[in-house]
Amino acid sequence: MTPIVSIWPLAAILVSLLGALPIILSDRHPNLRESWTILIALVKLMIVASLLPWVLEGGSYVFTIAQVVPGVPIELRVDALGMIFALVASCLWLFTSIYSIGYMRALDEHAQTRYFASFAVAISATIGIAFAGNLLTLYLFYEVLSLSTYPLVTHKQNAEARTSGRKYLTYILGTSIGLVLPAMLITYSIAGTLDFTTGGILAGKASPEILALLVVLFLFGFAKAGLMPFHGWLPAAMVAPTPVSSFLHGVAVVKAGVFAIFRVIFHILGPETLQSADLGSLITYIASVTILVASLIALTQDSMKRRLAYSTIGQLAYMVLGAGMLSAIGMLGGIMHLAMHAFGKITLFFCAGAIYVASKKKNISQMDGLGRRMPITYLAFFIGSLSIIGMPPLGGFISKWNLLLGAVEGDQLVLIVVLLVSSLLNAAYFFPIVYRGFFVPATDGEEEGIKEAPLFCLIPLSVTALVSLALFFFPDTLLRLARMALGS
Amino acid sequence: MEAIIGEVVAKYNYWIYVVLMMIGFYAMIGKRNLVKKLIGMNIFQTSIILFFVSTGVKKGGGIPIVDKYKALASNIDAATIVNPLPHVLMLTAIVVGVSVTGVALAVLQRIYREYGTLEEDEILEKLQR
Amino acid sequence: MNATNLHLFVLVVPLLAALAINLLGRRSRQWIAPLVLGSLAFSVFGSVIIMARVVEYGTLRYTVGNWQPPYGIELVVDPLSALMMVLIAVVALLASFSSLKSVEQELPGREHFFFTLYMILIVGLFGLVLTGDAFNLYVLLEITSITTYGLIAMGKGRAALSSFNYIIMGSIAACFYLLGIGYIYILTGTLNMADIARILPTLNAPVATATAIAFVLVGLWIKMAFFPLHSWLPNAYSQAPTGAGTLIAPLMTKVTVYLMVRVIITMYTPALVFTHEWIARGVVWAASLAIICGSVLALGQKDLRRMLTYIIIAEVGYMVGGIFLANANGLTGSILHIVNDAFMTLCLFLVVAAIIYRQGSVSLVSLRGIFRRMPITMAAFTLGAFAMIGVPPTCGFFSKWYLILGGIDGGHWEFVVALIVSSLINAVLFFRIIELGYFGSLPDGDNQEHAIDERREAPWWMLSPLVLTAVILIVVGLSTGPLVNNVIRLMIPVGF
Repeated sequence: MTPIVSIWPLAAILVSLLGALPIILSDRHPNLRESWTILIALVKLMIVASLLPWVLEGGSYVFTIAQVVPGVPIELRVDALGMIFALVASCLWLFTSIYSIGYMRALDEHAQTRYFASFAVAISATIGIAFAGNLLTLYLFYEVLSLSTYPLVTHKQNAEARTSGRKYLTYILGTSIGLVLPAMLITYSIAGTLDFTTGGILAGKASPEILALLVVLFLFGFAKAGLMPFHGWLPAAMVAPTPVSSFLHGVAVVKAGVFAIFRVIFHILGPETLQSADLGSLITYIASVTILVASLIALTQDSMKRRLAYSTIGQLAYMVLGAGMLSAIGMLGGIMHLAMHAFGKITLFFCAGAIYVASKKKNISQMDGLGRRMPITYLAFFIGSLSIIGMPPLGGFISKWNLLLGAVEGDQLVLIVVLLVSSLLNAAYFFPIVYRGFFVPATDGEEEGIKEAPLFCLIPLSVTALVSLALFFFPDTLLRLARMALGS
Repeated sequence: MEAIIGEVVAKYNYWIYVVLMMIGFYAMIGKRNLVKKLIGMNIFQTSIILFFVSTGVKKGGGIPIVDKYKALASNIDAATIVNPLPHVLMLTAIVVGVSVTGVALAVLQRIYREYGTLEEDEILEKLQR
Repeated sequence: MNATNLHLFVLVVPLLAALAINLLGRRSRQWIAPLVLGSLAFSVFGSVIIMARVVEYGTLRYTVGNWQPPYGIELVVDPLSALMMVLIAVVALLASFSSLKSVEQELPGREHFFFTLYMILIVGLFGLVLTGDAFNLYVLLEITSITTYGLIAMGKGRAALSSFNYIIMGSIAACFYLLGIGYIYILTGTLNMADIARILPTLNAPVATATAIAFVLVGLWIKMAFFPLHSWLPNAYSQAPTGAGTLIAPLMTKVTVYLMVRVIITMYTPALVFTHEWIARGVVWAASLAIICGSVLALGQKDLRRMLTYIIIAEVGYMVGGIFLANANGLTGSILHIVNDAFMTLCLFLVVAAIIYRQGSVSLVSLRGIFRRMPITMAAFTLGAFAMIGVPPTCGFFSKWYLILGGIDGGHWEFVVALIVSSLINAVLFFRIIELGYFGSLPDGDNQEHAIDERREAPWWMLSPLVLTAVILIVVGLSTGPLVNNVIRLMIPVGF
């Protein structure tokens, strides 16, 4: 079907970009400011959702913003793959906004206006990445996302935040300028275009050596995906307020990296081209190493958020692993995991934040007996962790099942082992938290005063947990979009 | 050897300008006194002016002042007069050179008033203190 | 004034304004601002019209005093010079707002001297991009240089000494250029650029031709501070009065790069310049070194303005390298970068001027916590920094794109690496400052005085051109396509 020229994709991006302005202007009126945030989040979700039906019918929207380089305009294109990411991101932004209000106010954080404004810009960039029609546009929004999240990561403005901010930029900006930019230009000088095309744009144009170089450059260049050894920024970025960690470092930023890798594998390099050059195993091995090592490191972390961060690194590598299988079912699993993991992980981060708000505790070893004081939070945490581990009846099962099927179909024994072992590891680093919460009694009496976090925190985390559950029973829309994204 | 000498003699104007230029260049780079630098700069400029003027010369050429009506009536043989254009250009270049020298002297005055010396070493020494 | 000689008026009006400023401004300083802004606004207006006409009808030629070329002096407005005219006019107008304010503070009572020189400098720059005569170019080059010497010498501290060093270097450069022109005149018997381009290829004198171009290029390289001939620039630019820096830094080196493009494309044909592959290769290597060394030297600076001057040296490397890649993408990138870099440098120097106006210093130490004091200024700074790093959609990204592409096309990987490394170093440079400004004084052992943290934004006269420049950075970036297709492509020689 021919694409429809429409301004709505641009509107979806601009609504929160321009929305930063009223947020800044209502600096002195917190209630008004937060109403703006919620309103913008709602409008954005509605715009994205309104684009869904036509995409589900197999159509797409395009909009050209500017002609910049011959053959590569700055162009938005809404297709199935982008739709999945945009839906997940805009939906979770709404929950995060609500959660942020509860969290930031409960902790009486400073510079909240800057926080909400930067957040709005960051979500614009995220939707821009989702709707980018070519690699240049994607790169543009990718960079904007990196830079707009810097004030969020360094929100506390203390020495620790400064160190983490440095690390964050060094990894993210260093790799995108140092690796992605040259890779993109090499691609452009070979292919003469950077449009996302089903089957890739390099078929028959590049030698296997060049392809291998590009795979490596792109895979590590999009360091937001956290493939080892370029993962160090993510644990460091945990110094940010929890809503930032949950949304950006559980969903938007990290998934933007994975999404960019998906785009490159599916629509720039092309699965068939990679298959013929036998580069799938390169990708899967890089991913496998990251999965196992990250899970092992997660086991050793006592800080709740750092454990979640390493878990995220491992789960992101799952998605890359799925894409690297280059088989329909494996790639399907990868795409599905992008959505499923988002809901699961954001629940876990929300819970970590809620625990911090309620008890000011960051370390798992201090959380004995908290589950009895905060049953809803802990229940949600349990659901989220089950989804990440990949147990039925939760969304994570669907994606991991598909990944496993992909590995079985491809007769890749190593990958099967990796998937199974790492699921065990996932369970090993999540269950103790729940166990300590419910079954280990609190050591002293100081837990007496602790009760559930404010409703603004509690409601979002319950809802995301329920969505994780619901996605197991109603995954049809997502599955359909994912299949369409793979062109089958 | 003789060929080289012949070459040098035949193009002596080039050699004079090159030698003058090198003298000026040496003064500008090598001397530590700012006025000497400025004098070097002037020598440098003069060498190029001489070079230009010398290019207009023709063997047996007269002064390029010609009666307009005579010139219009019968074509003037260009070989009988020297080329006036380089002279004209060099008039402009001299003006430029004088202006630069003027600005430089004014700047030097300011430097002298500020530091009480025009030796570069001494000025730098004072600056470091 | 009719449409055919409008470009002459663009040049003449600021010249008359310069004289008027000297006469009237002496009596009362009330006259200065209207004269400066009025004449520059006229120039902007006129140059935009000329630009539109050139894009529509093609190159305009104008013979001064009706002396026919090749004997008379010819003014030529082709797409590239029209583009440069618009650039100079816009940059000068934006810079003058800020200069008026900072000169009022720094040089009270000498404003009319300052702005007389300032306007003559602008006239000289207009003349440089308009002239079609090689010797005329020398004269105009010296007019701009002499005014620059004067402007720089008005600064405080060791400005006079820096200015003197600049005079010496600048004169050597001009003499080299003049010498090259002398050789060309001996070879061709003409000084008209188009005529030279017609005659030179028909001659069979490769050595003399090469000598001539070598002298011309070396002269221009000194003037534009191409590494390793750059030593004069950091002192001169960082000690000039703030108001002079905002005009000189964005324009002087960029116009000199334009002159190099002009000499290579219009006066010499590219075929003659790039005959020997090893020479072009050598220059690209030198440019790569310039980029790396400029960036690394910038890392060692403790003052924002001095740091920026070293970045200028690196940027000159970008443009020279791009031209000597000797392919269409490289040349496009270089010309585009002339425009982009002028605006980026303008943006950053306007920020410097604003900060100096408020707190008197831009040493890195004094920038602690500056985000809190001057949020709008620093927002513009951040945008300018992104452009320098090369973050899309700011304009800096797109010229870098073309330059890197040119490097890949020409197989000059050293240049590609240099560009990427310098982007990374720029990121470090600017984020160091952003970090200082954003975090302020941390309690972790930095025993610096706590700066006053109350908000003291720069006056509107400085802020509005700054914000406008920051917006221009994005607008120019997004209109790269039309700019390249409608203007720059026309200048790329056939077969390139």
